[in-house]
Amino acid sequence: MQGKAKKLTFLSLAAAVALILSYVEVLLPPIVTAVPGIKIGLPNIVIIFLLYRFGVKDAAAVSAVRLAAVTLLFGNPVMLIYSIAGAALSLALMALCKKCGLFSAVGVSIVGGVSHNLGQILVAMLLLETAEIGYYMIVLAVSGTVAGIFIGLAGMAVLKAMKNVRF
Amino acid sequence: MGTNDRKKIRNDIILAVVLLAVAAAAMLFWHFGKVEGDFAVVLIDGVETARYALDTDTEVVIHTDNAGENTLVIAGGKAYVGAANCPDLVCAGHRAISRVGETIVCLPHKLVIKITAASDAGGVDMAA
Repeated sequence: MQGKAKKLTFLSLAAAVALILSYVEVLLPPIVTAVPGIKIGLPNIVIIFLLYRFGVKDAAAVSAVRLAAVTLLFGNPVMLIYSIAGAALSLALMALCKKCGLFSAVGVSIVGGVSHNLGQILVAMLLLETAEIGYYMIVLAVSGTVAGIFIGLAGMAVLKAMKNVRF
Repeated sequence: MGTNDRKKIRNDIILAVVLLAVAAAAMLFWHFGKVEGDFAVVLIDGVETARYALDTDTEVVIHTDNAGENTLVIAGGKAYVGAANCPDLVCAGHRAISRVGETIVCLPHKLVIKITAASDAGGVDMAA
């Protein structure tokens, strides 16, 4: 298998892995029930890997496929707009952060975790027309940072393990 | 490990510490800057539909679009959602709120319950 077909096959596989990780995350009990929205963000391991090995366009494509599948399987259309906002802002800022060259994959992942939460909070503030929701961001900044560290380390491990695999 | 990698890891740590410090500062500011509120205000799709005094214990069912139902309970000066028929039940799991500016949000029902002070005339203030 050569070139485009190989790449397409791998990206499809990556989308499947990201989808499975989303499902695993749904199964995990909520870490803090008092504050909604705290998640570890397992699918971001795949997105970070793709960002480093394939680039932002392919990462965005896989992210979009995952979101569509997750919405059909466990979500509802109302939640899709939150998912898109989180995923889009997160990927955009991670790509910028990777490009600027100041951070390792862990730093990029921290930015991804925090900005994912920020995107969702901004949409909630707009849709519900209630600015006060913004204070959730305090807790979500902490959870995004902590989750980002672990996801970044996992992403680094995957990148290292796949170093010799050529696409 | 090259010096460039070391520098990146140092920057990662600075990034994490700065984010956590900002959050901690905001949390302290929030904790000490807030006062107990007087009303639980019900907003559906951003529009105020009702308000209940926190000093009177009560239990009301809030009806939202698409046959949504959330039971608002006010007890001991705090407000919480006792039961709801939304899919995620995040609102029902939320801790009780009593300070000005605190909210309980039910995203599926576009419902916000927010605490305000008596001096707040009501309505939505996006500049807050």
